[in-house]
Amino acid sequence: MNILEKEAKLQDLLSKIEEMDDCEAKAKMEDEVARYKVSMMKGLTAWDHVLLARHSERPKTSDFVSFLAEDYIELCGDRTYRDDQSVKGYLAKINGQNVTIIGQQKGKKVEEQMRYNFGMPHPEGYRKALRLMKQAEKFHRPIITLIDTPGAYPGIEAEERGQGEAIARNLYEMSDLSVPVIAVVIGEGGSGGALGIGVANEIYMLEHAIYSILSPEGYASILWKDSTKAKEAASVMKLTSRDLLELGIVDGVIKEPLGGAHFYPKEAVLETKKLIVERLKELKQVPVGDLIQGRRAKYREIGFFQRFNYDNLGGRKNELYKN
Amino acid sequence: MSNWIREEYQKRKARSLNYQRARQKTKAMEADVPSGLYTKCPSCKSTIQMQSFVDNDFVCTVCDHPLRMRAIDRLNLVVDRNTFVEKGLGYITLNPLFQDGYEEKIQTYKEKTGLDEAYVYGYGEIFGAPCVIGVMDSFFMMGSMGSVVGEKVTKSFEYAMYKKLPIVIFTASGGARMQEGIFSLMQMAKTSAAVKKHSDMGLLYVSVLTHPTTGGVTASFAMLGDVILAEPDALIGFAGPRVIEQTIKQSLPEGFQRSEFLREKGFVDHIVDRHELKRTLARILRFHQEGV
Repeated sequence: MNILEKEAKLQDLLSKIEEMDDCEAKAKMEDEVARYKVSMMKGLTAWDHVLLARHSERPKTSDFVSFLAEDYIELCGDRTYRDDQSVKGYLAKINGQNVTIIGQQKGKKVEEQMRYNFGMPHPEGYRKALRLMKQAEKFHRPIITLIDTPGAYPGIEAEERGQGEAIARNLYEMSDLSVPVIAVVIGEGGSGGALGIGVANEIYMLEHAIYSILSPEGYASILWKDSTKAKEAASVMKLTSRDLLELGIVDGVIKEPLGGAHFYPKEAVLETKKLIVERLKELKQVPVGDLIQGRRAKYREIGFFQRFNYDNLGGRKNELYKN
Repeated sequence: MSNWIREEYQKRKARSLNYQRARQKTKAMEADVPSGLYTKCPSCKSTIQMQSFVDNDFVCTVCDHPLRMRAIDRLNLVVDRNTFVEKGLGYITLNPLFQDGYEEKIQTYKEKTGLDEAYVYGYGEIFGAPCVIGVMDSFFMMGSMGSVVGEKVTKSFEYAMYKKLPIVIFTASGGARMQEGIFSLMQMAKTSAAVKKHSDMGLLYVSVLTHPTTGGVTASFAMLGDVILAEPDALIGFAGPRVIEQTIKQSLPEGFQRSEFLREKGFVDHIVDRHELKRTLARILRFHQEGV
């Protein structure tokens, strides 16, 4: 039984409670439901995390912004081609601090999902993000990016307009931004499409969010030539927040309310806000040079390999490698 | 004097052990495999004699289709004889996510290609113009970018910065390496940051896109060159053609994601014939040298 089935059962129980009249039985039932909810969230598999991260009711970028900011205004367009709806950009005030928020937008209902292209940006989405980042740099506003995408859109027009170039350009420019950048993975962080707005001084993840090189389905189809093995793929890909914290890729995990962020969206966002406010206060103290240096050093160090130390070799080989 | 030069050459060559090993491998493969005598062109399906094909810079003698090249052949093609000094040796690929069979796979590719990883870089001269040259080898696990490739690409930019030299990179890759998961993904950010730093020093970066350049490599250092060249009829794109077909549920137009298509859309400066490649690179390098 995966988490969605368990959740459906929970909803069943909850609707049963609504129908009940007897006070005592109702209280008893509520207790039971609460216990069930706790047990439901215990021992989640990696695939459960994937399902939770993709949950259609999960708070999206627009929900985050409306709870995060006291005041905000949306900015649109990349100034060269068109406005990509799957990437949202905002001017916002968080606890009196002006920031630029950029995030990938998914929808909840089907029409919404279609409008936002299922959170898969076209090149103009990345160029819009870059425009807003440059603008933020001009006005010394910190940048907060919210990552929630299955990946950049693979389509004919996207390739024609240079999907690869757009992402590459973002990585290139983001490594050198003179303002603090905080990235938060709020749902699904998939491949270069996520990284395209995710080069940051600090990366945080919501508890049930995922971040991976590719969707588990894609991974299974590439390595095992069988896209139905997504479940197994998820378990070996190390894509959950806890795994990534252990691997040192993310700087922290934001706790979600019991049952996942979609049960209490506001609480989840306020938890995120607390962290963002605290981190912004600290990052504002850091001089610009150190900020860029720090961001570069952070990515420079990522990698898992060994280098053979030739200096420790005795005999002939050692001579060969002496300059 | 000439003695001294010969010694110096020998020293340099000896230092690039990796290069030597690959060279031996090339010879061995050509010598004992029957397919070494004849090869088949994947484009026009005609059988070509190996020797004439190699003499023709690995371009099909019948239809002029450039075939994939090993890193070693590419270096022989582009770099002046006896000037290449390989750098960044001794990297060992590990298995960060403990994937089944990954180590064995790497081992087989190591034996097959004689390389340590899918990327080779070093100092070299092109018609006397000094530069740092990096070559990806698509025969090593489709040239995919894992931790070691990402690190070596970054190192090659750092070496170029240290020596204040221009850099030329030949890309050929299927993208990020799946087996190393998130580590491979982060190499994209790492290499792009290295390009930025190199660029900020006012140095030249020429990237040459060869067949195939897709995925995470396209979306990082491949597309960030000051000058971007491409070989004719090379597959260049972000998403693979199969993925796109699955997404949009229709077959792709002829010539989609090929170098000519990219040139038309404005993402490539020039499509360069392989016979002209070395001369073109030398000319570009000379345009960025003062008073030569």
